[in-house]
Amino acid sequence: MFADFDFDVIIRSLPYLFYDGMTFTLTLTVLATIGGIVFGTLLALMRLSGIAPLALLAAGYVNLMRSVPLVLMIFWFYFLVPYIGQWMTGASRPIQVGAFVSSLVTFTLFEAAYFGEIMRAGIQSIPRGQVAAAQALGMTYPQTMGYIVLPQAFRNMVPVLLTQTIILFQDTSLVYVLSITDFLGAASKVAQRDGRLVEMYLFAAAVYFVISFAASQGVRWLQARTAIAR
Amino acid sequence: MNYNWNWAVFLQISPDGVHTYLATLILGTGWTLATALAAWCMALVFGSIVGVIRTTPHPWLVRLGNGYVELFRDIPLLVQMFLWYFVLPELLPADLGDWLKQLPNASFYTAVVALGFYTSARVAEQVRAGIMSLAGGQRMAALALGLTLPQAYGYVLLPLAYRIILPPLTSEFLNVIKNSAVALTIGLMELTARARAMQEFTFQVFEAFTAATVIYIVINIAVTFAMRRVERRVAVPGMIGTAPQAVSH
Amino acid sequence: MHLKLISALVATSLGAAPVLAQELTGTLKKIKETGAVSLGHRESSVPFSYYDDRQQVVGYAMDLCARIVDRVKSELKLDKLDTKLNPVTSATRIPLMANGTIDLECGSTTNNLERQKQVAFTITHFVTANRFVSKKSANLQTVDDLKGKTVVSTSGTTNIKQITEIGAQKGLNLNILAAKDHAEAFLMVETGRAAAFVMDDILLFSLVAASKSPKDYAISNDALSVEPYGIMLRRDDPSFKKVVDEAMIATYKSGAINPIYEKWFLKPIPPKGINLNVPVSDAFKKVIASPTDSGDPAVY
Repeated sequence: MFADFDFDVIIRSLPYLFYDGMTFTLTLTVLATIGGIVFGTLLALMRLSGIAPLALLAAGYVNLMRSVPLVLMIFWFYFLVPYIGQWMTGASRPIQVGAFVSSLVTFTLFEAAYFGEIMRAGIQSIPRGQVAAAQALGMTYPQTMGYIVLPQAFRNMVPVLLTQTIILFQDTSLVYVLSITDFLGAASKVAQRDGRLVEMYLFAAAVYFVISFAASQGVRWLQARTAIAR
Repeated sequence: MNYNWNWAVFLQISPDGVHTYLATLILGTGWTLATALAAWCMALVFGSIVGVIRTTPHPWLVRLGNGYVELFRDIPLLVQMFLWYFVLPELLPADLGDWLKQLPNASFYTAVVALGFYTSARVAEQVRAGIMSLAGGQRMAALALGLTLPQAYGYVLLPLAYRIILPPLTSEFLNVIKNSAVALTIGLMELTARARAMQEFTFQVFEAFTAATVIYIVINIAVTFAMRRVERRVAVPGMIGTAPQAVSH
Repeated sequence: MHLKLISALVATSLGAAPVLAQELTGTLKKIKETGAVSLGHRESSVPFSYYDDRQQVVGYAMDLCARIVDRVKSELKLDKLDTKLNPVTSATRIPLMANGTIDLECGSTTNNLERQKQVAFTITHFVTANRFVSKKSANLQTVDDLKGKTVVSTSGTTNIKQITEIGAQKGLNLNILAAKDHAEAFLMVETGRAAAFVMDDILLFSLVAASKSPKDYAISNDALSVEPYGIMLRRDDPSFKKVVDEAMIATYKSGAINPIYEKWFLKPIPPKGINLNVPVSDAFKKVIASPTDSGDPAVY
């Protein structure tokens, strides 16, 4: 079965796989996480704000993103982002964006819906007494949120946010459908060029597994360390 | 914006000469639902088994279950599909591999198997969480009454656990429907693949994808609605809310 | 006398303007403003545009596009013109042209009347035919031999559309798979998942030549259609098209086309140093003699 397993093709393509592929994957993951958390927090605040139109808008956005497959969103944004850019900047022609920017926009906006729900749960888990105390001290809404509620909510939800980041890391493999060279894309290209499907796909699976497993163990350790006795 | 809108494109005949583009989208939806349902059944069966064995008092069974879940959760779904579709036939003896490759609906079966295993790991998590959330007293009382462990699970724990985890299971089912779209990479002509094909043949990008988006939203609403009614009917009185759920989408 | 005055004024303003006499529109305006031109290229359309073994984009169409870019640079009198490279696939090339991501697509895109509703093409740079490749052992010679079989083609190509239509017309009951690029499609035939890969014969030729055992494959004699390749650009942009056409015509008329063609079709090419050995076809000789950008196959 593994008689002519060609390790050589893996070793030869390691630089390409990791310099080109993995850096794309990791960069996309990190940036989309940061963007997603920022935008997601905004969505959470909108939903909890009590202003009906804002809440409705945020809820509608979240439900839309959660109803549609990520693959479909990737296609949508790949063709749509230049038009959005044109509309937003009032330019005379669609804005040129590359594959990376388009993927970044897609993943940020898509994951923001999920990060938003996590942050919303986090904000709602802060005892009302905190908000009341802040208001008693004369803090405004932005101050309450910025100094009291959000830092605590964030700290509480770090393990869940990190788990969602691991899911994001795995989801970046879907940019394959646009022939973009992320880690899986790079492995596929080598596999197809050299006819070495078995080796490359098994290797790709192993790498994803090791990274995701290590990361989830890390989250578990973090959870154990920071568990607050309530 | 130099894009010429043409909503009438749905009524054009597609290149296969028989179906309109709208009909191809409906066909695609059929494949999406078929894949999702088949994979879901598989996931429920395997997931329940693994979820249960993770809560038994046998450490090696628990470790086996944990390993199963870690394996299928830490590899992206797309990579798993590739392994089943491209790698498995090459690793089997030549005749078996060739037979697999020549199956008329190879991508459907592969997608169901891949999606089934992937989702079963997540269902296992939910089932385990559901069983653990039941007060330990239930299990102990059942055992004290003289039920064997399998009987305790079958008559006491599982019926309660399933009703508790129905909400997270619903969202897992919705995930299965969405994840079926990943199968387009192995050639399954489900809804997203059909929308893409329509876009490629007619160049009407936005019309095609809007239709697919609308169909997914409708499916989502229909399933959520139906499941909410089921949940209300089977809710266990006195046990509010859900078991602590793993974050999922 | 008035005429003389007006001509003098026009001549002065012409002389004063640093660029073309008429105001720049469309793509030329964009290139001038951004100082960069965006080329779409393929990843594995050998030898038109593809990645060599050092992941550099090379190819016959890339060389032709380089000449077009030089011409644009001199027309716009720019000191510096950046060339941005964007990989595209058969399925994404037209939408990416429409949404402005690329200005020119340098690859193996068939020029036909239907596509001319969405984009424009410059002078044809190659004439090929739509055929299929299969394993020699399967002994598939004509389209009718494909009856009931699994056939693969690449998404977004004229080939997949044609085989779908022909399959339906002739009642061949084909199971048609869509691969996302040529390499993936060829892999399907290589691994026995599909009986045949329907694609332009020059691309099939280069895929077979670069495969692990070229002797195992046979390209059909049956041709489904004639496919003229053209470099793609945006529609409704006459000033840009004029510059591009002029660059291509100049290349043909000056004979510069010959060494470029030889380099990619009659000499060893990267990455494996294979020589495709495809002499200039009669159809293409006609095009070189009288350059045309027609999308009508009857012309060729």
